[in-house]
Amino acid sequence: MVASEIRALFAVAARPEIVSLAGGMPFIAALPLDAVGEMAGQLVTDRGAVALQYGSGQGDPGLREEICEVMSLEGIRAHPDEVVVTVGSQQALDLITKIFVDPGDVVLAEGPSYVGALGTFASYQAQVVHIPMDDHGLVPEALEEAITRLADEGRRVKFLYTVPSFHNPAGVTLDAARRARVLSICQREGFPVIEDNPYGLLGFDGEPQRALRADDAQGVVYLGTFSKTIAPGLRVGWVAAPPGVRDRLVLAAESAVLCHSSLAQLMVREYLATQPWREQVKVFRELYRERRDAMLESLAALMPASCRWTRPGGGFYVWLQLPPGVDSKAMLPRAISSRVAYVPGTGFYADGSGADHLRLSYCFPAPDRIREGVRRLAEVVGAEVELLSTFGVVPAPGTVSQTTVSQTPAPR
Amino acid sequence: MSDLGHVVILAGGLSPEREVSLRSGDRLRDALQEAGVDATTADADSVLIPSIIADPPDVVFPAIHGACGEDGSIREVLALLGVPYVGSTADASRFAFDKPTAKAIVRSAGLLTPESVTLPRETFHDLGASAVLDRIVATLGLPLFVKPARGGSALGAARVMTAEELPGAMIGCFAYGDTALVERCISGTEVAVGVFDFGRGPEVLPAVEIVPVGGAFDYAARYTTGRTEFFTPARLPADVAVTAAAAAVTAHSVLGLRDLSRTDLIVSGREVFFLEVNVAPGMTETSTLPMALAAAGLDLGVACRDLLCLAAARGS
Repeated sequence: MVASEIRALFAVAARPEIVSLAGGMPFIAALPLDAVGEMAGQLVTDRGAVALQYGSGQGDPGLREEICEVMSLEGIRAHPDEVVVTVGSQQALDLITKIFVDPGDVVLAEGPSYVGALGTFASYQAQVVHIPMDDHGLVPEALEEAITRLADEGRRVKFLYTVPSFHNPAGVTLDAARRARVLSICQREGFPVIEDNPYGLLGFDGEPQRALRADDAQGVVYLGTFSKTIAPGLRVGWVAAPPGVRDRLVLAAESAVLCHSSLAQLMVREYLATQPWREQVKVFRELYRERRDAMLESLAALMPASCRWTRPGGGFYVWLQLPPGVDSKAMLPRAISSRVAYVPGTGFYADGSGADHLRLSYCFPAPDRIREGVRRLAEVVGAEVELLSTFGVVPAPGTVSQTTVSQTPAPR
Repeated sequence: MSDLGHVVILAGGLSPEREVSLRSGDRLRDALQEAGVDATTADADSVLIPSIIADPPDVVFPAIHGACGEDGSIREVLALLGVPYVGSTADASRFAFDKPTAKAIVRSAGLLTPESVTLPRETFHDLGASAVLDRIVATLGLPLFVKPARGGSALGAARVMTAEELPGAMIGCFAYGDTALVERCISGTEVAVGVFDFGRGPEVLPAVEIVPVGGAFDYAARYTTGRTEFFTPARLPADVAVTAAAAAVTAHSVLGLRDLSRTDLIVSGREVFFLEVNVAPGMTETSTLPMALAAAGLDLGVACRDLLCLAAARGS
């Protein structure tokens, strides 16, 4: 691991004096911790011989049944045999990339894309080709163009990686018409879609969006997680995959970790079976909606007119475009000095672009802290615009230095 | 355990050097504990003053780098609390931390230091950046070295080879502070020279030569194992090594520093130039002061324990 200035700045951002709009930590304090604690104690007392023993590489069968129930909320009809429990969906990403990707293979991903996925793809030496997005998510025409161009170049696409709902970091959601088009394009081309859906149940308006997996059980590998709907500390995620992929995932998971924590899996299973988890998800949704509103209202009131940002219908993130020439990475030290933190956009691209954007998260700080954070950020951006105007510098695109280390704080 | 009583190492703070400081603090705590000292670490935050009042430590070892730790402020607070501490006073730290001030003081004592100009961002705004930058290049020439007037670990610092690179370097510098120091860039051998004073007057440690693998001793090169080669003692001709050692002692003395310091120098030919001095030098596994102590046959924990004993005897 290479030490970097960005990591040094994030070490400061973790301090309570800083309003951190950087990390993507779920607001765990909203959980009924007493009830969860009692449940956990009872679990060990009653079923400790199982909970503290090795388990199966595919995951606890009862939990896999519960997972199918959870996925049904997004229109997915899956059998527990199709599900593999993983150590968060991050391990699922790692296993899938290990299975599918040889060094030099192309992985398609939205631009920007989830930083944890980019790190995994880089570790297997995949070549990430970004597909642009707009307010309705990934642009199918751009996907077509990229596929044609790559075919002309003789480069092999292994899969499309997408976060279709409440994207991290872009905050946008792939609309229904585009979902069908994206599926049809990938079916025609014969490569799978990796659907990463950590925020699907955290929409603020109406019913959950229908998952891509709901309309193509053979062509979509679905990644889910309880990190946002229960707690990330449990590290329980899953993959729903067609049988051929599932078998290889189980073997790869056994090679990697032998089996997932039985205790963590049984805690999730027990939580789903005994706690009012659907109501708890509603509590989370309302909490995050209030925070989203605080952020959007503050941005509208305070940010310079030349800034643009997305208006997420769920999830954790707003993706903000800075005034021309302002570099989010170069501005970070000044922001930290002003006691506010964000994530520079460069971390969300494999090609070093993204300096003109930054990611703001509203999931963790209380609304008044969010307002204060945006107030500080607006001042920092204003000062940066003035500095650029003083020196007359507009950095040329692509001059941002590339780095191989994570440019975001640890939590997604 | 020693008869020092309880020792608190201050580490962390809110400067961009927080992570480095935490690593310095942990290493120092471990070394002191091995030397028999009852040492713990504490951050400089809102619970510091109440906790010191509730349970006053016998001595404090400030290991906070950058602003707050080295600009004198935390030392001022320790003096207000009446707690003895290792290292330079608040006043001396303030002069040393401000690079242009430190350069002016050591120059008046006869040391060489690269020609430079110091300007706040407002000057560029008010007078027009290009006119000011043109004069800087015309006067100091190229290449140049741009760095924040106050700050450390090379954060916000950049070597500028062409006039076109200068505006971008200024913006990078102003991200870390509101005043920039623009120096003529002297090519040569970078060395760091530690000075300890165990009550017998300043004693110089062997110079550590710094050779960054990638060419620049930037933040990553400083704190990533293997990114920089170190030679201790520095590969300098004997007479130049003596000049470098004398320069570090002079800097320590004329700036009125106490207990310990680390002076960064650049050796060009037979000339030794002062770059800056640190009153809370890094103590991480890639920091030069612990290397210099080891080369001198001194144990980090024992040496720092001796400084703590001096501070305890000195009182607040």
